[in-house]
Amino acid sequence: MYVLVSIAILVTMVLALVRALLGPSVYDRVLAVNMFGTKTALLIAVVAFLFGRPDFLDLALAYALINFIGVLAVLQFFQNASTQSEANVDEALDRHRDGR
Amino acid sequence: MTVLFGIFLLTLLVITAIGIVRSENLFAAVMLSGIFSLLMAANFFILDAADVALTEAAVGAGISTVLLLGALALTPMQERRNRAGRWVALGVVTLTALMVVYATFEQPRLGDPEAPVHQHVAPWYLEQTPALVGIPNVVTAVLGTFRGYDTLGEVIVVLTAGTGVLFLLGLPGAIGKRQREDLASGRSYLGHHLIPQVVGQLLIPFILLFALYVQFHGEYGPGGGFQAGAIFAAGFILYSLIAGEREALSIISPRALMALMAGGALLYGGVGVVCLLLGGSFLDYSVLASDPRTGQQWGILAIELGVGISVAGVLLAIYHAFAARGR
Amino acid sequence: MASWLDALSYLLLLGGGAFVLIGGIGLLRMPDLYTRMHAASLTDTMGTLLVLTGIMLQAGISLATIKLAAIGLFLLLTSPTATYALSNAALMSGVRPNAQWLDRRPEP
Repeated sequence: MYVLVSIAILVTMVLALVRALLGPSVYDRVLAVNMFGTKTALLIAVVAFLFGRPDFLDLALAYALINFIGVLAVLQFFQNASTQSEANVDEALDRHRDGR
Repeated sequence: MTVLFGIFLLTLLVITAIGIVRSENLFAAVMLSGIFSLLMAANFFILDAADVALTEAAVGAGISTVLLLGALALTPMQERRNRAGRWVALGVVTLTALMVVYATFEQPRLGDPEAPVHQHVAPWYLEQTPALVGIPNVVTAVLGTFRGYDTLGEVIVVLTAGTGVLFLLGLPGAIGKRQREDLASGRSYLGHHLIPQVVGQLLIPFILLFALYVQFHGEYGPGGGFQAGAIFAAGFILYSLIAGEREALSIISPRALMALMAGGALLYGGVGVVCLLLGGSFLDYSVLASDPRTGQQWGILAIELGVGISVAGVLLAIYHAFAARGR
Repeated sequence: MASWLDALSYLLLLGGGAFVLIGGIGLLRMPDLYTRMHAASLTDTMGTLLVLTGIMLQAGISLATIKLAAIGLFLLLTSPTATYALSNAALMSGVRPNAQWLDRRPEP
């Protein structure tokens, strides 16, 4: 049963990797990396039980943590680095309404 | 089963590496290198190397990606096409790869008990650790005691790397009023948004507690100084993301960061000198207590603490050097 | 009793694996960034919770269960926050959702 779940998680990791390779925009790639990280944490938790080593769960906890902080830091840096012309949700939606 | 997982993960690794090399958008390359680190960590985990997997996760997947992005914030986002000498480079790399692949034909199989690397010191370490050191995690025993000079060298290398980055970029110095405005102007941070702020404030104490757990649990399970230092730095990076650079630098000032960087290495060397003063040789922990095994455990505890402090200080200093600068 | 627990745990593990797989497929096939985010984050959290609960039932009362509960709680808190931060950053930098209903609103 653990084997089936780990295979499902591995397939999902492949799909997330494809999205990271394809993803036209930056945020697609960040989303893919975030999902990849949480799937890796889950894979470690499942495989740790599959191999009978429950003391490896610290790794999954550390992964989940570092992945979260990594995603937030990536978003922060990207926001600071890219030049933004508008920074307002209302403005963006107005443009969407009027631009059509 | 291990072999199947290993082959699958290594194939994904090759695909990711090809993606990194072929993509011209540098941001995509950095994201893919984050995935590369995660895959490597999963590989290490499959091979039963838990300490290395934890270190790769803590340093490679999170902090390394963040630092690469910090560097990217100071440069253009597209790779400059450099057409000169591509075929020569491809030829050299292919030749080297073929030679390395040919060399692997002579190697013993992975994990072969008859391999020479398992005949020399490895059985001695495995047998002598319970007798001489008495802790369950042999990796920490090897890292801390049997190869103590190596680890001292590693701490000095980490300190040198941090010093190098500080020479190039520099920290903001003591936060004066003008620098406070410089740092706070035009920079949005996540504290403007309620949800990350609340969740972050809930999580930071637990992250720091988890870092302490990993630090002191290194003798009994996967853990140790390097991982704990990285997780500790990650907690403070989270605070810096939520509250802004100015607040984060006023909580741990740049002077404190440099004190942490050097203090950890000093603690490590200091333990060695204390051993000298107590009559043993440098980094011979047996003289630290009345019973040699207890002395070894106290020594490992102290040097792991030194490693953790130094790594945390260096990672935080490098992060602040990037974050306080880029536009 | 033990077999009932085992059966429940297998069911949870299967359900969690299915959710994870659906999330991965959704990440690839959805047309727009925001729909992909929706697919990825919801199934992510749900699948993780189901799989972790399934493993917890197998582990019984032990230290491993507490660690798994900590991982589950942590992922429950942070995964939606990361999605929020991502969608906020995307919206703030001008990525428009592919929402066509705005054009077909009935005239007042």
